[in-house]
Amino acid sequence: MNRATFPHRFLPWLLVLPQLLISLVFFYWPALQAMWQSTLKEDPFGLSSKFVGLENFRKVLSDPAYLNSIKVTAFFSVVTAFLSMSIALLLAVQAEKVLRGKAFYRTLMIWPYAVAPAIAGMLWLFMFNPSFGTLAWPLRQMGIDWDPLLNSGQAMGLVIAAASWKQISYNFLFFVAGLQAIPKSLIEAAAIDGAGSARRFWTIVFPLLAPTTFFLLVVNSVYALFDTFGIIHAVTGGGPGKATETLVYKVYNDGYNNFLLGSSAAQSVILMAIVITLTAFQFKYVERKVHYG
Amino acid sequence: MATISLRDVRKTYAKAEVIHGVSIDVPDGEFVVIVGPSGCGKSTLLRMVAGLEAITSGEIAIGGRVVNDLEPRERDIAMVFQNYALYPHMTVFDNMAYGLKIANMPKAEIKARVDRAAGMLNLSDFLDRKPRALSGGQRQRVAMGRALVRDPAAFLFDEPLSNLDAKLRVQMRLQIKEMQRTVGTTSLYVTHDQTEAMTLADRLIVMNAGVAEQIDTPMAIYDRPANVFVAGFIGSPAMNFVSGTLEAGHLKTAGGQRIALPVPADQAGRSVTIGLRPEHLQTVDADHPGAMALRVRAVETLGADAYAHAVLQDDSTVELVVRVPGARRLSEGETLHVVPDADSLHVFDAATGARV
Repeated sequence: MNRATFPHRFLPWLLVLPQLLISLVFFYWPALQAMWQSTLKEDPFGLSSKFVGLENFRKVLSDPAYLNSIKVTAFFSVVTAFLSMSIALLLAVQAEKVLRGKAFYRTLMIWPYAVAPAIAGMLWLFMFNPSFGTLAWPLRQMGIDWDPLLNSGQAMGLVIAAASWKQISYNFLFFVAGLQAIPKSLIEAAAIDGAGSARRFWTIVFPLLAPTTFFLLVVNSVYALFDTFGIIHAVTGGGPGKATETLVYKVYNDGYNNFLLGSSAAQSVILMAIVITLTAFQFKYVERKVHYG
Repeated sequence: MATISLRDVRKTYAKAEVIHGVSIDVPDGEFVVIVGPSGCGKSTLLRMVAGLEAITSGEIAIGGRVVNDLEPRERDIAMVFQNYALYPHMTVFDNMAYGLKIANMPKAEIKARVDRAAGMLNLSDFLDRKPRALSGGQRQRVAMGRALVRDPAAFLFDEPLSNLDAKLRVQMRLQIKEMQRTVGTTSLYVTHDQTEAMTLADRLIVMNAGVAEQIDTPMAIYDRPANVFVAGFIGSPAMNFVSGTLEAGHLKTAGGQRIALPVPADQAGRSVTIGLRPEHLQTVDADHPGAMALRVRAVETLGADAYAHAVLQDDSTVELVVRVPGARRLSEGETLHVVPDADSLHVFDAATGARV
């Protein structure tokens, strides 16, 4: 580690102060607030509250709606992560084969990442809204009973598509970098050893991409769990029923719409625990450099 | 095992031709080394035989079968790469067995073949290790083992020793030669190292700028280089060149100096480059007939031999390197008298560079 030395002992504090203040006001204070609130029972108007200990947690964890939300979240996250990663990998492998306009092609691939989640959600909504969606009409012409506002499977499909689409760019970038790091002579050696292109991919390229894949798996899980609020809010609002209500969305719904402040706080504390676990996991295994050769 | 034949093989990138028509017939079991400076196209030629580069025109046949349009895997060849190209996520055993597994060989047969190759290459104790846990020399041997187990029609080596240190290189050189003699597989070997080329080759292809300048046995090339390039490239230290005009019984240098040479009478008047190897200059007494007087400018002592870098006393534009026994202690500024060996004199045309 390089140790910078400052001439004045307060200067370093002064320099990190803005960041510290922001963290304290916008992260630590609300987090502590949530922890405190998760132990309180409050009336919807916030006029009276009483300490109930872990009662809120007990209620949340035995609530069928919450258990359903866990299932929805798990399904949504796994499918979103799998789709966005596998499509990105496919595109990255194809991009390797492009000879002309490689840079142009790659640049185009990165654009969706710059789209804000809510906008991405709106985009997909405009395309697939049952009454005015551009693509809803042709779907219905093909004999598909397209109505994501009523059909929970279609609603789930739509949010998964929107969430995956947005994340493909990010995964694509990392896979392209990962593919470039694999020495060309390895592929050539495998070709001479008799492996066809599919076999080369699954026995040489894919195993050597493992560090990248693992890193993306963690990042995509975090993304699907926590960063897809905007998309779900814009596309389905958690509906129909509670078919697309993920854990994060339920925190918002219970707190802001149902005024179940104690329950909502307890849920966010549980989410906090999940984030901390995932982050610890990421630091422990992903930050560790994986070396080959 | 098979023959390899190249018929006027050419390679063009965009519009630039980089291989200008190479032809050679390699009989079964022969060890052919392609040698040349960096960028001469030797690796490209090898990769064309392997099927890793497309052939622009001409024809390559392995075992009598034209392979121009075949994939590398259909050519029945094995290749050893400069950086070894070992699969880093596989053990030594799996690295060697990879090609055999793809060929759907029975497990017992795979194990027998890998064990035999590992035994030959002293790798039996390392079969469970990953490549990263091996030294450079061991990795190199695994790369050879991977080629060996497949028992292919031909081995292709792309500068396999250039990442090793000098001592290991000499050891591995011998081991490769021995291995090739044992299995008798036709081999093409690319190197820029002329010592490696001389010691390994049954026949040599000396390449320069995409042209095969000469194809012959190492000693034939050493004794009768076809042109100035080959003469300067093969042999260490490099051959001395003196330019001038031939006159009866001597060479007139650009500086007007006359060097006594046994020149055939019909060549008089011709502009030539004379080639004299350092080991073919005999030191003699000052009164020896035809002796050249040289002034020593620097001496490189190697132990058994020493190389004197000297200039002609009367024409310092002519520089010569002379091999002298190491026991003879020369010092700078000393005068040295030499005569060329009459029968190891090389005469090249000054304009074309071709042997006269």
